[in-house]
Amino acid sequence: MNEPILRVIKRESMSFKGKLLVRAVSLILALLVCGIVITLITGYNPITVYVTMAQGAFGTKTRAWSTIKEMLMLSCIAIGLAPAFKMKFWNVGAEGQILIGGIVSAGCMIYLSNIGNAGLFVLMCILSALAGSLWAFLPALFKAKFNTNETLFTLMMNYVAIQLTSYFVAKWENPVGSNTVGVINQSGHEGWFPKIFGTQYFISLIMVIILAVFMHIYLRYTKHGYEIAVVGESENTARYAGISVPKVVIRTVLLSGAICGVAGFMAVAGASHTISTSTAGGRGFTAIIVAWLAKFDSATMLLISLLLAFLNSGSSEIASKCHLNDYASKIVIGIILFFILGSEFFINYKLVRGKKGEKK
Amino acid sequence: MKKRILALVMAATLGIMAVGCGTKEPAGKTGETESVQRESVSDKKIGMILVGDENEGYTYAHIEGMRIAEVQNGLNDSNIIWKYSVPEDESCKEAAVDLVEQGCVAIFSNSYGHQTFMEEAAAEYPDVQFVSMTGDRAEISGLSNFSNAFTNVYESRFVSGVVAGMKVKELVDQGKLADENMDGNKVKIGYVGAYPYAEVVSGYTAFFLGIQFIYPDVTMEVRYTNSWFDITAEAEAANALMADGCVIIGQHADSTGAPTAVQDALSKGKPVYSVGYNVDMLSVAPEAALTSATNVWSVYYNEAVKTVLEGGKIPTNWSKGYADGAVAITALGPSVAEGTQAKVDEVINALKSGSIKVFDTSRFTVDGKHLDSYFVDMNGNFSNGDPEDKEAIWDGYFHESELRSAPSFDIRIDGITELTAE
Repeated sequence: MNEPILRVIKRESMSFKGKLLVRAVSLILALLVCGIVITLITGYNPITVYVTMAQGAFGTKTRAWSTIKEMLMLSCIAIGLAPAFKMKFWNVGAEGQILIGGIVSAGCMIYLSNIGNAGLFVLMCILSALAGSLWAFLPALFKAKFNTNETLFTLMMNYVAIQLTSYFVAKWENPVGSNTVGVINQSGHEGWFPKIFGTQYFISLIMVIILAVFMHIYLRYTKHGYEIAVVGESENTARYAGISVPKVVIRTVLLSGAICGVAGFMAVAGASHTISTSTAGGRGFTAIIVAWLAKFDSATMLLISLLLAFLNSGSSEIASKCHLNDYASKIVIGIILFFILGSEFFINYKLVRGKKGEKK
Repeated sequence: MKKRILALVMAATLGIMAVGCGTKEPAGKTGETESVQRESVSDKKIGMILVGDENEGYTYAHIEGMRIAEVQNGLNDSNIIWKYSVPEDESCKEAAVDLVEQGCVAIFSNSYGHQTFMEEAAAEYPDVQFVSMTGDRAEISGLSNFSNAFTNVYESRFVSGVVAGMKVKELVDQGKLADENMDGNKVKIGYVGAYPYAEVVSGYTAFFLGIQFIYPDVTMEVRYTNSWFDITAEAEAANALMADGCVIIGQHADSTGAPTAVQDALSKGKPVYSVGYNVDMLSVAPEAALTSATNVWSVYYNEAVKTVLEGGKIPTNWSKGYADGAVAITALGPSVAEGTQAKVDEVINALKSGSIKVFDTSRFTVDGKHLDSYFVDMNGNFSNGDPEDKEAIWDGYFHESELRSAPSFDIRIDGITELTAE
């Protein structure tokens, strides 16, 4: 009888030390493989390339803040996605929710520039959260009432949001016909995040920390968080326990959309001061990886976002310094992500040799 | 153990992938190693912020331009710091600040969408010179260290129009056109434009006037794609124009979509030819491509870099054309009409000497009348009658790119109809 040489078996659980070891080994392997790839493509010494990456991400204050900004954006979106995904509601509509939040913020900056910065800040924050909520509410409602497929629905909402963004870009374009909005309120800085400690990203930093702490407590220690976990594990169990599944779904997705909307606010008022169809820039999808890899744990999400932001800034510096095509450095990012995802496999499963039923 | 085997397999796979990627490299690499060996005459640094990389025609032309300027000014690779694929948002500002911190004394950005972020950086770092290529805000920003530059690309578009006009004349003389190619006694021309924006309007008008310079009885239909680079939309627009009977398809969009579609139609027996932009289209349309209008950016970069090395100030508005070699058309395709080269040379010489003006007001009408006055919007608000706005017509022609470097001819003249692709 033919037996497979290797079989995949689910691990019962792994000690914290064991997990750490697997992750460390996979990161080292990733760096080694990247090293081989880099040398093969370019002939550069991999150590030089890694040093260049580190300099690109943290070499100067400007670069460090730029990396942190990218990390904050990713974290904010991932924090927003976490409750939805924990509930197994596949919200792939973060892109759209960010854009809608961004449109609302840009609109406030354009039309309400005279109400004062503090008022404008609060108003933009609230309105963009509401807009993001609304964008997530529609798929949630249909999911709760008619059990529609939320993956398709949220995905399609992205395209609606992109079209709306194009519409508003055309409406607000400056100068006319250029198809760009340009920097909004360039002279008076109305609605811009103020500079604190020499950087306008400080406020975003505080906002993300507050959101991270809130989400940590909300998912771990509140009744809502518990309900989310139960619905995510099994809707039948939830119903049996007397939890109203539609109510939990809608409430959670509203929260998820609101935070993604706020991410749009951060992107527009706190960073670019303009709006375009690339304002979300694919981060709504990248953040899904962040949320899943971190198993919805706030601190881990911050760490993984930092890693991705680091790789991103680092890779553009490789492109600049080593005259490598951007894509070459994206391969490096791909390899590292591949190994990190692989490490999760080895944490959850093990490969064994031999017959079925033979306990090792 | 198993894990190690798996890792080795993965490493091997990735290794193979890497070799696959590696084979693409040599073209860019050889030029580099040559310049690495040279000693540099200066330790000044220059920054380049690019919207794409060498795989994208528009950015490639800028990279080539700066590389030539580097060599001609005796610099080497250590003098130029490149930032590739910089999006048109705050990343541009961050890239600019980063370049300043790396010691750059002059920074160029190549996309229009970079402009406002460059302007912000210019306001913060008055000791560094910033140039937004193709931009239009340098004059009104009031910043002495912020400049714009463009080429008189309307001149090369006019000349590409002359090439197209020769072809139209030949098609008519040989009786190759059917009724569907005619609108009354006028031959139908098509044009694929990016956005309904002065830069595009100026370009297609120059092209149209170039055709009329040879063969006056033409009418032109313009279709917009609302994108600078969209292969599918450009091909669709070209197909729609050809379905309408157009015999020449010009373009102001960066992809090969339109020439490819035109080549297909020509192969199927339609009398239709393509005039491209930026790059030689003969590789994708060997019979259909007549020529392409191009910019020769090295002329500008060369001057600007020279100025920077001498410690001078880069001109606020720079725009030059045939007289300085800053624009050109690509090699003529095999399908051009007989005598085209001689005619092209004649027209280029006339443009150089100034005996032909592209936007000669006697050669076009608006609502049936010749213009004798037109105010160009100078402060970007597009309202009429601001004190800043300037008269652009004197001495019988519209002075394009003289009041500011970016094109400002946004007049819709008789004989051209605009349609959007949507």
